[in-house]
Amino acid sequence: MYWEKQLETIPREELSLLQAERLKKTIANAQRTSFYRRLFSHNKIDPEKIKSPEDLKFIPPTTKVDLREGFPFGFLAVPLEEAVRLHSSSGTTGTPTVIYYTASDLDRWTNQVARSMYAVGMRKNDVFQNMMSYGLFTGGLGMHYGAERLGALTIPIGAGNSKRQIWFLKFFKSTAIHIIPSYALLLAQLIKAEDLDPRQDFNIRIMLLGAEPHSEETRRRIEEIYGAKAYNSYGLSEVNGPGVAFECVFQEGMHLWEDYYILEILNPQTLSPTPPGEVGEIVLTTIYRDATPLIRYRTGDLASLLEEPCPCGRTHRRISRIQGRTDDMFIFRGVNIFPMQIEKVLMSNPEVGNNYRIILEREDYRDKMIVEVEIKPELFLGDLQKLARLRERIQSELHSEILVTPEVILVEPGSIPAPEGKVQRVIDHRQL
Amino acid sequence: MARQLSIFAENKPGRIEKITRLLSQEGINIRAITISSANGFGVIKILASEPQKAFEVLRNHNFPVYLQEVIAVVMNDEPGGLHRVAQALAENQINIEDAYGFVIKSGEKAVLVIQVENQPQAHNILERNGFQLLTDEEIYQL
Ligand SMILES: [Zn+2]
Repeated sequence: MYWEKQLETIPREELSLLQAERLKKTIANAQRTSFYRRLFSHNKIDPEKIKSPEDLKFIPPTTKVDLREGFPFGFLAVPLEEAVRLHSSSGTTGTPTVIYYTASDLDRWTNQVARSMYAVGMRKNDVFQNMMSYGLFTGGLGMHYGAERLGALTIPIGAGNSKRQIWFLKFFKSTAIHIIPSYALLLAQLIKAEDLDPRQDFNIRIMLLGAEPHSEETRRRIEEIYGAKAYNSYGLSEVNGPGVAFECVFQEGMHLWEDYYILEILNPQTLSPTPPGEVGEIVLTTIYRDATPLIRYRTGDLASLLEEPCPCGRTHRRISRIQGRTDDMFIFRGVNIFPMQIEKVLMSNPEVGNNYRIILEREDYRDKMIVEVEIKPELFLGDLQKLARLRERIQSELHSEILVTPEVILVEPGSIPAPEGKVQRVIDHRQL
Repeated sequence: MARQLSIFAENKPGRIEKITRLLSQEGINIRAITISSANGFGVIKILASEPQKAFEVLRNHNFPVYLQEVIAVVMNDEPGGLHRVAQALAENQINIEDAYGFVIKSGEKAVLVIQVENQPQAHNILERNGFQLLTDEEIYQL
């Protein structure tokens, strides 16, 4: 049941002690980086006084902008020859960010992934098809080494090339796959187009969903389509990659591995801690990583904290699924809205297909929101009235979720471009 | 019983063109077509010569299409024809959900297509009242 029973079920008081001890080492280590040396001296922080997680509040958070400005060596805490790998964010918007790993950093990261996989029931007799891109992106390699550590037969097929994915699924009877949720939905269509049934013709029993926030309703759809259990995972390239937090078999929130990270959930505006259950920004301190220590790193990801103990017995606290990003939130007539709220409503209606699009426009100085929704061909029963009622129902459900009423447009299946890689759900035409 | 195709389509140029093109490419004749719409989308109803084949053609092109049973009644194309059908159904408390008609031979015969909730019951009533009802095959031969 556990990969490391003692560490996964460690009593909270002992965990705090372990965190404090590792934090002190991290603070000492951080002083070897030019960024944190400067941060401490500018803010007159005595590193000796940072002794426990509670003391972190005296240190200003580190942002992605800091990481970019620190490119390439500002966050490096070991001699470069000690580093054995780097991962880098795609520099699509300006300077990239870079994270270095020592051999033991990689070893620990791999252990987190193996622990996570074990928690959802993956074992050495599984055949693991890793449909995530390899390379600078951490998703592919991170899960790859975790699965090998577990002893699973690992297929490093990488992302895309659906025909080949389907062939491997069929031929090697892969039992576990790692996949982006929107790609899982797209792949299902391609599987059906080859006259195969994802439930009957394959052996998939575990799906690790990653790299893209998605709603509970989307997860249930994916499980239904593939006849497998789908587990949510969380990670980001600045903080290792996949395996930072992972669901257990109970599928109720993701255990964040607190022997590796100190977790804070903060109000993105005030930076004060949000009460349990309330959504805030995930802020992480790496406490068991040598080459690139990060202290109070603002992930930009929004989630809430689940404080209650999990029936699985793991004592590491859980975070909710990611509710969105601080930067993909949009403001509509003064209301903060996350695309995930809209997705949740849409996917709870069985007549609705898997693709949707949110379009924002400004007409006569007034904001207008259009939600385009695809109709599922199998559930169309020829009745215009029923469609009109469906449309009204979605509109009113959206109203109770986001407090404004968008215009819902029902569209034909296939008329919204199918997602490839990460999806752009919101199209903002407003001239601000 | 006769069957009609109901197709969900957005109100945008070229949809009817595409549907009729796909059907004519397969040699399927359209006997009647009606369009009703609301809020930017619509439902197109088609009475076609080979409903099952038409259904498959459209389904393969990803149209949300539904094949449903309707009643096709032959009437004399003269004043009061429609009224007699409506009357027979109303006397039996049957509500007509949708209806449309087309003329076969000008001034002679017309076909009324009706959709009701209880299809078999309406079918029996009309037959008992001496109306001539058409099957898919008979529509095909019109
Ligand atoms: Zn658990």
